[in-house]
Amino acid sequence: MSGKWPLWEVFIRGQHGLNHRHVGSLHAPDAEMAILNARDVYTRRNEGVSIWVVPSAQITASSPSEKGPLFEPANSKVYRHPTFFDIPEEVGHM
Amino acid sequence: MYAQMVKTDADRVKTLDEMAPQERAFQERIDRNEKIEPKEWMPEAYRTTLIRQIGQHAHSEIVGQLPEGNWITRAPTLERKAILLAKVQDEAGHGLYLYCAAETLGVSRDELLEKLHSGKMKYSSIFNYPTLTWADMGAVGWLVDGAAIMNQVPLQRTSYGPYSRAMVRICKEESFHQRQGYDIMMKMCAGTADQKAMAQDALNRFWYPSLMMFGPSDADSVHSAQSLAWKIKVDTNDELRQKFVDQTVPQAKYLGLTIPDAELKWNEEKGGYDFSQPDWDEFFDVIAGNGPCNKERLGARVKAWDDGAWYRDGLTAHAQKAATRRTTAKIAAE
Ligand SMILES: [Fe+2]
Ligand SMILES: [Fe+2]
Repeated sequence: MSGKWPLWEVFIRGQHGLNHRHVGSLHAPDAEMAILNARDVYTRRNEGVSIWVVPSAQITASSPSEKGPLFEPANSKVYRHPTFFDIPEEVGHM
Repeated sequence: MYAQMVKTDADRVKTLDEMAPQERAFQERIDRNEKIEPKEWMPEAYRTTLIRQIGQHAHSEIVGQLPEGNWITRAPTLERKAILLAKVQDEAGHGLYLYCAAETLGVSRDELLEKLHSGKMKYSSIFNYPTLTWADMGAVGWLVDGAAIMNQVPLQRTSYGPYSRAMVRICKEESFHQRQGYDIMMKMCAGTADQKAMAQDALNRFWYPSLMMFGPSDADSVHSAQSLAWKIKVDTNDELRQKFVDQTVPQAKYLGLTIPDAELKWNEEKGGYDFSQPDWDEFFDVIAGNGPCNKERLGARVKAWDDGAWYRDGLTAHAQKAATRRTTAKIAAE
């Protein structure tokens, strides 16, 4: 029966000012029930102030085999981090 | 342990040299404590073993609601009732987290439920014992959830990402379960002589079934060796059982209760207690379907599923109607 129900990915904003974070998924017949179910399954202890549900089928994911081409180029660009540059102490806080 | 005796299809554990390059790379990732994620390559046996293990674990959470559900309407105070209800609701959540994790391996929830309902998949033997008195709610929280924690805490480090994350969520909630159980035991043991006797009786009945939760010794089991290599099992059954006994004995002592084992004694040399094994014939009999409550538990589970069909159908019909209404409205507006 629930097999006919689509899978929804659940995102919760833990506190005001924070991003919604993916917490898990669940089956529900529609978005409204998905939110109600997400409330019961993922926020029983005040874990959230806001819920997003997204049909899992609507998510496009990068494939594990693309990991190299996608992410390796960043490895060699260490100068993107502030710690790459040595600033003399006399200069003060920067 | 909520998943007892999970088979792996292995007849022995391969060495790295014997593996094909893809499998070797996979095993090396596990050895480096990297998490395996859903769409990544994995050996077929890893996938099917995990489905069995996570499925059995999920079923245990769901069926595990029944022995405690038995006491929700009969809790001695409104506060105890609310606490027990919250605890049982958590277990439903645990089942759902785990079914979700299993589904990422390419099995559907309906398939898993069908296998539970037809008896093709098992749940933990512990839930086939009856809960006869209120003290049993104390013993179950203290011992059964205590044993579950013993098993689940190391599984937070398991190699399969979705399973590991489900375990992290579950472990956060379990300690409430154990404490509320121990709290019931403390109240009973500080009560009248009759109440204390009830607490002792509950311990007597749940002690050995709790020790069985970890499964029979798997020191020589090839399935366990394979599961350990894959890090979908972290400790052997005997190690976990020993830890459980060592932790529980002082807790019983604090309550003034006696562990029902005449052989129980501290072994200085090993730094742990020596204790009697449960009756493993009884265990295999319960697993085979002949425990005191197997029929009742599975019957209640199937009945709940069947009785809820009209409601699930109603929700589906409503969702379809609303979707049609939305498309019609959109066409009309265009
Ligand atoms: Fe649980
Ligand atoms: Fe629990």
